[in-house]
Amino acid sequence: MLQLRSVGMQFGAVEALHSVDLDLAPGEVVGLMGDNGAGKSTLLKIVAGNFAPTSGEVRLDQRAVELTPLSAREHGIEAVYQDLALCDNLSAAANVFLGRELSRRLLGVLPVLDHAAMRRRSAELFDELGSDTRPDDLVRRMSGGQRQAVAIARARLSSPRLMLLDEPTAAISVRQIAEVLELIRGLRERGVCVLLISHRMSDVFAVADRVVVLRRGRKVADKATTDSSPEEVTALITGAIEAA
Amino acid sequence: MKSLRRTPQSLWVMLTVAALAGVMSLVSAPFASADNIFNISRNFAFIGLVALGQTAVIATGGIDLSVGSVMGLSGIVTGLVLGSGQPLVLAAAAGLGCAFLCGLTNGALVGYLRLSPFVVTLGMLSVARSLALVVSNNKMIHDFGPDERVVLALGGGRFLGLANPVWLLLVAALCAAAWFRYSRLARHVLAVGGNENSTRLAGVPVARVKLTVYVLSSLLAGVSAILMIGWLGAVTNALGQGYELRVIASAVIGGANLMGGEGGAFGAVAGAALIELIRNSLLLLGVDPYWQGAFVGGSIIVAMLVERVRRGSRTAG
Repeated sequence: MLQLRSVGMQFGAVEALHSVDLDLAPGEVVGLMGDNGAGKSTLLKIVAGNFAPTSGEVRLDQRAVELTPLSAREHGIEAVYQDLALCDNLSAAANVFLGRELSRRLLGVLPVLDHAAMRRRSAELFDELGSDTRPDDLVRRMSGGQRQAVAIARARLSSPRLMLLDEPTAAISVRQIAEVLELIRGLRERGVCVLLISHRMSDVFAVADRVVVLRRGRKVADKATTDSSPEEVTALITGAIEAA
Repeated sequence: MKSLRRTPQSLWVMLTVAALAGVMSLVSAPFASADNIFNISRNFAFIGLVALGQTAVIATGGIDLSVGSVMGLSGIVTGLVLGSGQPLVLAAAAGLGCAFLCGLTNGALVGYLRLSPFVVTLGMLSVARSLALVVSNNKMIHDFGPDERVVLALGGGRFLGLANPVWLLLVAALCAAAWFRYSRLARHVLAVGGNENSTRLAGVPVARVKLTVYVLSSLLAGVSAILMIGWLGAVTNALGQGYELRVIASAVIGGANLMGGEGGAFGAVAGAALIELIRNSLLLLGVDPYWQGAFVGGSIIVAMLVERVRRGSRTAG
């Protein structure tokens, strides 16, 4: 479905990614691991269309594409960011629909925001996630888990085929981690591909089919989780093992 | 998304306005006279109109310091075109066109080149005022040509007991309130002010949103200027001088958060009303007019202190 071909990213003198190849297939959960600054977030932002790679190409369905945040979404790619990228001053429903608000036509002509429909749809999404988040609550007043639910609900809005999750289990409770992992399994069952960035080895080995390790911008491993172990991945991340 | 937190601020300001008006009508006989009320409402209409646009700018986390000078430039250009014998439609188009260009420049620099709104609009404050001097050659314009009566009636006339600018302000405020609640753009304005980066990540064209609010702000300044020259019956290049302070004070007192992400239409109008009321009260109480700046400036600072206290108690609760 999505392929990266020798993708590189240069920020001035800093090379954040060096010739990375990656293949993602429908219904597959891929854990992306690496130390801070290894290039995980850069890779995610390239796939999400926030950065254009300085070399190499991104291919979708066998065709080279130049992604923007909008076109990535149109291709069915949704990202949930580490900082959750929410607007604290807006309600949960407003955040879920940010950038693709539902409108109705007043008197058949004047487009106005359809608050009721957005509230209803967000409530459904929160329900499906098993979250107690209420659509009208301001994000400013929410717990970490509720914020996560808002971010994931936003990403699920368009029934994406590829979801990018950046540290979805950071800063939430153990019970909520289990819920998020359950959600990831649910996505896989529906044929959605999930690229999961995480520091938590246990999460990756709990849900991922495959683990990809980045070190200093280079891909040093790409193998089935059943063929690997947390110990091996740790060694790959730190550089104790060169590559696998 | 009915924000329960924005309502109280404008409500509190309106209550303050009512309380102050109540006290003033007791201590000063001329205060409650029809003429004085008419004057107050007309005076704050000019400011309130511009404060609506300013509120949208502030809601994005920006600020527009150039509104007073844009009023000056628009007023002068409108006056000059009228004086050269052109009809009001053409003159107004010229005046608003200048305002539009000022707003476009502000918005492009802030939105697309990501320059600091404070510095960009401070520069425009100087540029527009200087252009007003250049095109008017520092002369007062009081000959408004064949359409003079229309111009004077528009800005200086009244309808059903209210000054025309007040009617316009009422209509504009209702439109702005509906806009804040129901338009996608206004939702994006608040989102940009709340978290610019995440709004960009969500695919919202942040630069275009910013461009639009600066253009709106300038255009409203232009409209206000055209009404004002009709009321004054003449225009000098000092038109609107120092108004940026009163406009920003109105927006901030009305609940627009200078950090962005908050602001409403009724707040801006209520804020403008409160400031004009304070000014008027000071005059009627015989306070030296030289003190006005101190009170208007002080009220901005007090409004920010109140906001700080509200915010503090909110996070504690």
